Amino acid sequence: MDTKKIKLPHGIPGHNLKEVEREVPVSEPPAWPVNSELKFVGKSVKRTDALAKVTGSAKYTSDIQLQGMLYGRMLRATYPHAKIRSIDTSAAEKLDGVYAVHAFKSVIGMAQPQSDGNQEAYPDVKFAGQPIAGVAAITKEVAEEALKLIKVDYEYLPFVVDLDEAQKPEAPIVFQTDVEQEDSGGGGGGQKGLKTVGNVRGPSTSSFFGGPRGDVEKGFTDADVVVEHVYKTQVHTHCSLETHGVVVDWRPNDVTIYASTQNTNNVRHEFAEMFDLPKSKVRVITEFMGGGFGAKHSLGNFGAMAGHLSKKSGRPVSLMLDRKEEHISSGNRPNSVQYLKIGAKKDGTLTAIQQKSHGTAGVGLGAGVGRIAQVMYECPSFTTEQYDVFTHAGPGAAWRAPGNVQGAFGLEQAVDELAEKLNMDPLALRDVIDKSEVRKIERQRGAQKFDWSRRKQPGSDTGIVKKGYGVAQSTWPRFINLNSTVEIRAYKDGAVEVRSGVQDIGTGTKTVLAQVVAEELGMDVEDITIRIGDTLFPTGPGSGGSIVTGSITPPARNAAYKLKLQLFDQVAEKLETEPSKLSVSDGFIISQADNSKKIAIKEALKEMRTEQITTTASRSDDYGGFKMGTFLAHGDLGSVQFAEVSVDTETGFVKVDKIVAAHSCGRPLNTKHVESQINGGVIQGVSYALYEYRVMDNETGHQMNGNLDLYKLPFSMEIPEIESVIIEDYAGRSSTDAYGIGEPANIATAVAVANAVYNAIGTRIYELPITPDKVLKALNKT
Amino acid sequence: MNKFSWYEAKTVNEALEQVNATVSEVLASKAPDESAVFKSGGVDLLDMMKEGLVEPKKIINIRNLAGLGAISYSQKVGLKLGANVTLAQIEADPDIKENYLALHQAVAHAGTPQLRNMASLGGNLAQRTRCWYFRSLDHECLRKGSGTCFARNGENEFHAIMKNGSCSSVHASSVSTALMAFGASVEITGGDGKSRDVPIKDFFVSPGDDSSKESILESNELITAVTLPPVSNKVKSYYIKQGARESYDWAIADVAVVLEMSGNKCKNASVALGAAAPVPIVSEAASAALEGKGITEQTAGESAEASMKGATPLSKNAYKVPLFKAIVKRAILGTI
Repeated sequence: MDTKKIKLPHGIPGHNLKEVEREVPVSEPPAWPVNSELKFVGKSVKRTDALAKVTGSAKYTSDIQLQGMLYGRMLRATYPHAKIRSIDTSAAEKLDGVYAVHAFKSVIGMAQPQSDGNQEAYPDVKFAGQPIAGVAAITKEVAEEALKLIKVDYEYLPFVVDLDEAQKPEAPIVFQTDVEQEDSGGGGGGQKGLKTVGNVRGPSTSSFFGGPRGDVEKGFTDADVVVEHVYKTQVHTHCSLETHGVVVDWRPNDVTIYASTQNTNNVRHEFAEMFDLPKSKVRVITEFMGGGFGAKHSLGNFGAMAGHLSKKSGRPVSLMLDRKEEHISSGNRPNSVQYLKIGAKKDGTLTAIQQKSHGTAGVGLGAGVGRIAQVMYECPSFTTEQYDVFTHAGPGAAWRAPGNVQGAFGLEQAVDELAEKLNMDPLALRDVIDKSEVRKIERQRGAQKFDWSRRKQPGSDTGIVKKGYGVAQSTWPRFINLNSTVEIRAYKDGAVEVRSGVQDIGTGTKTVLAQVVAEELGMDVEDITIRIGDTLFPTGPGSGGSIVTGSITPPARNAAYKLKLQLFDQVAEKLETEPSKLSVSDGFIISQADNSKKIAIKEALKEMRTEQITTTASRSDDYGGFKMGTFLAHGDLGSVQFAEVSVDTETGFVKVDKIVAAHSCGRPLNTKHVESQINGGVIQGVSYALYEYRVMDNETGHQMNGNLDLYKLPFSMEIPEIESVIIEDYAGRSSTDAYGIGEPANIATAVAVANAVYNAIGTRIYELPITPDKVLKALNKT
Repeated sequence: MNKFSWYEAKTVNEALEQVNATVSEVLASKAPDESAVFKSGGVDLLDMMKEGLVEPKKIINIRNLAGLGAISYSQKVGLKLGANVTLAQIEADPDIKENYLALHQAVAHAGTPQLRNMASLGGNLAQRTRCWYFRSLDHECLRKGSGTCFARNGENEFHAIMKNGSCSSVHASSVSTALMAFGASVEITGGDGKSRDVPIKDFFVSPGDDSSKESILESNELITAVTLPPVSNKVKSYYIKQGARESYDWAIADVAVVLEMSGNKCKNASVALGAAAPVPIVSEAASAALEGKGITEQTAGESAEASMKGATPLSKNAYKVPLFKAIVKRAILGTI
């Protein structure tokens, strides 16, 4: 491959910005300078679809209305563990208005036994809420009436839903044989090939960052101080504004699926496999998406059911989950019980980290506590043992920084405690043990914005309502998906259209694509039409792992660059210069030699030989190569978050007053959107810290708070003042040098709050959420 | 939700002719097959229908009954609130804020602005508990006719800490807590067209007496008004609610305090607690602890202690005891 050398910005402006030279393919565009020298990129640009969203003209999956469309509903198990002897759907089929009934022969989205010796007619029920059958009818009401007519003959079996109970020898067993679970294109699942004893699978002792290192025992012997505790986190359910759901339109020659998904490509893949169709005959469309936090990568049982029902009835079928189904079946963030031990020398240098965790993803896998303790700090020795514990409860799923939010809750409290034992400021200790340059700057700039100097000795605030200040930080890998392609079409009338299968799950992907292409073509953001979220277009990445921005914006720029070069070729002669001596600015192609020689881009497009030209680019390898494989870039996405809380020591209630969130995401493409993501991550983090938890009734195996009344999400009064500090952190690894922010925004918040609560009351809370019962207990008031 | 027919009632008599069951009777399978129930604001009834807990065949809309939507106040007679007065109307009424502050505060903290626009006072009193076992189709609890209270040894963090021997649910109406403290009366009109005034403390039914319902309302009865006795300028009141959230939530604990002062001393006190017992209660001990005394940190603290005497918290709600003590004390001090 022909290469050239280019110089790219590297480092943090105002700190260590310099240039780095990289050898890149000749097809790559020249390096962009830092954001301050760009026109659209790095600016606060309003969403291209803002008007459509606020006026309601944006059509989400639940808004899709097709001719002859039916409504699907699913029958769900009301008992947590049972064998199904028989299912009689005859009465349901006879009900007026019912067009199709289907009983599942297999269910997806949970761990699967590897040796299926005696296949039963119907899958065993393993959690209350497991889908069994479905109906498509002319209205939802008729479909629900029909569900009541389906007779299921159960053989009830003993069950267990509690993490501790499930580990006891006498506990009912969830899976009799070893199980595996594929990840759903967005994380989730578990390490392959691990053994299960009773309900306990594992341990997982390594990640893609490697396995154990050093000698932990020696590390603790060498330590001057040791912190050792058990930290617990709760099950957190998915509460996207839009529930999971699809409309499947099965026609004789092809199938169209409108899906509320984070991953159009994966839904197509799963549907095509399940129904044995070529991918060319399955089209998935996600034009607008009402949010997803990791559980919406898969087709889901609802999608499979809608497929069966549409195929049987010959009509389109809309199947949207209701809020209860969303809580009990659609995938949750597993809980954790983490033992963590950290040793350090007097100067703060870490000597050993030992971690052991158990968590339950119900009937699924993926209850580990992530990699954060393994990688964030410099420590010569490390071991981890992470176990999945099966329970008869709804499956876990990928959930905004899987494992890492749980893991951070332990690690960052332990580091806070370590600082106190060493008589060091928590920031000063991190300056010693954290080698990340960007987090160092985040600590400095964040502390300044937060006024960290207000922090006093733990528990020293006087009065009944005590103020507290805390800090915590996080790391998240820079994941890249090379399977990211963008096509750009330019038309004679001056229109420019960007096409990719990648979906915008509400984070602003459409807008950043428009900014990047506008910047490259010298046109306005409004001139660029973005058509994404459709598998008819080139394949894009799933929205998981904070992968999208870093994966899809470089090919968008590169495709625009190719298009620009084609136009240069076309007009060079007219402008009396070489194509290589042309540039774009403010809608014109201009001769670098003579500024007066120029042509409007829209005029240049009129002179194309064909009505339309198309360029395509896929994500190229990182400049200078990857850190690992072709999925992991060098560097990380660091964050440092500061929390200010008020703790009422009489009622036990905690209020988060303020969060200052300092973040990096490489080259920020749209500061407004980065702030929005940080706001969302922080709000969700506050909610995880104080409010949300799944309440399971151990006696009956049901979730008791499966609605938005009793499952406590934060509303306006619970949301703190949020200030963002966005650090530009150039790495010179791609043509946009940009990365995502979705997951990093959520990792550090809850533990920063926990550290602030400790600072307020002088007693540590080791379990989430920090509800008044725990605070009052910690204060010896109950 | 099931199919139902709709009857738009124009007068109280017409409504009473149409009705044949309370929602509680439908829930306990004690209603006729062709059940016909009242709907006012619909907040509670529609929630239960969406959940599939009740499937009434006919809904009698009493939202637009003539003459039940007015607030009248005079210093001499006191306050009369029509049953269809919305919580939003009460919240906005300047006389109520001036003279019955605790009621204003209780209403202003009930639900959301949207809910308060829909919710009627009568419906608020007649609503059923939010106990999650009661609200679950999968749990045939004590209140729905079985012998089992799942909360007793189950998930009871939001449940009763007093008088919780049979059912440990708590009544959902935090407005009632203020009405209890003011000694309000509920005007109930029966099928014969005659109405009677019932002191609000007698309006609620403890589960020990009858677990299938939470008020004395019979199927042929309708709440038509709520009256509060007149208050002099010597009467001070205050209300505090603590929910899991501040924005909108059910009370984990709420308290309304009404004090009649004589000089610096408290002549009569009424300390009402919501979400402490299955029905709202006036704590006699807490009230007595204030009478004849000045309102100070000391006496407020003593009253707060007394309010929780005899509390019998369950496995997961012991925290409600110190919580109540804190807000009782604050509410008492809030009156000065």
